[in-house]
Amino acid sequence: MNDHPAVEQRLGLVRWLTGHRHGIEGYLYICHRISGIVLLLFLSLHVLVTSSRLFGEETWQTLMSLTHSPALKFLEYLVFVAFAFHATNGVRLILIELGFAVGKAEHPVYPYRGSLHKQRPLMIVLMVVAAVLIVLGGFDALRLGR
Amino acid sequence: MPRTNEIIFSIRRLYPAVDAVPHTQRFPVELHPGMTVLEGLLQIRESQDASLAWRFSCRMGVCGSCAMIVNGHPRLACNTQIQDVSREEVRLAPLANYPVIKDLVANLDTLFEQHAALAPYIARSDSAELIAPGGEFRQTPAQLTRFLQFSGCIKCGACMAACPTVASDTRFFGPMPLTAAHRYNADNRDDGFATRKRHMRQRHAAEHCHYAGECSRVCPKGVDPARALQLLRRELLLDWLGLRRRQALAMVQPASDDQPPSQRRVQTPPPFTVQR
Repeated sequence: MNDHPAVEQRLGLVRWLTGHRHGIEGYLYICHRISGIVLLLFLSLHVLVTSSRLFGEETWQTLMSLTHSPALKFLEYLVFVAFAFHATNGVRLILIELGFAVGKAEHPVYPYRGSLHKQRPLMIVLMVVAAVLIVLGGFDALRLGR
Repeated sequence: MPRTNEIIFSIRRLYPAVDAVPHTQRFPVELHPGMTVLEGLLQIRESQDASLAWRFSCRMGVCGSCAMIVNGHPRLACNTQIQDVSREEVRLAPLANYPVIKDLVANLDTLFEQHAALAPYIARSDSAELIAPGGEFRQTPAQLTRFLQFSGCIKCGACMAACPTVASDTRFFGPMPLTAAHRYNADNRDDGFATRKRHMRQRHAAEHCHYAGECSRVCPKGVDPARALQLLRRELLLDWLGLRRRQALAMVQPASDDQPPSQRRVQTPPPFTVQR
């Protein structure tokens, strides 16, 4: 351990948004965290709203009428977007974290093409699935089909 | 606007003993074709400001001393040509996520402490063998390939500066130490998995990697820490399930002098051996 005075410069959460330029997987990392927080907040809110039934039918009906407003419908759709992305990207992460889709160790030959390239087809397929789910959900939730 | 054969180096400077906050200083540097960022820094120190501090040693991408943030990316200064980065301005800062000692010198003590904690060496369980080795261990090319990629790490710290989890989790071991751990776990001569497991199983170790892949993108040696960490996680899971198997290891006895020549193994030199 040296005794030099030093100034801390850990980037913290700022790194997630404004740090260095990210690769695709870096952006997915950020989106996964944000969508996770959105889902957690929704779940808490959902439990709170549902438990309002304890305070009588009138309270319940009042809250339910609020959920039919277009703004809340749109927010609900955003929750679905977060869910669709988080679920599909989560499948990718589970597979990768079990050691699948990243390939075996190989001789590093320049230009290096490592695990990021190996898992990219899986990432593309799952992101297409997420996009399809989001579009279909949009037709249903926002009544775009009518 | 710099002259056509000139480029501006904007360097974040900080001397904690004197300065409270960092400031940016701009230096015009005369540009030559093929010039590296390190050569630009040397030019500044020789002709403009001798107090500029940074680390370097080998000048050829081997020692890993000169890693710094070059225009937003962790890179080796000696391995980065200025023309590949920018035509107008090169912005330099010390490696992120580590305290700054002076200018472009980051304090990497934590990195090396975490690295040492993971026992980054081949550990043998047979103490008698350490005193009196009975022969040499032979590895097949496939067994060598399992760890060779990860043994190319030069400990420059670029992956640690790029990792978003290191940025937000102060206790996270980070890609470099965990890659070193996997390099030895994957070596069939090693018996140290059980020792390393104590650290690798921690909440802020392997399981906190969420595959942003930034470490592999910035690694100047193609070590691919992101892959090493996922393979390490699989090893930990298999071990937890009791399914982890040790690879076969063959020890070859050396030919003794009292054997007749016909029974001695003929040692052919590898093709890269210099014959004298």
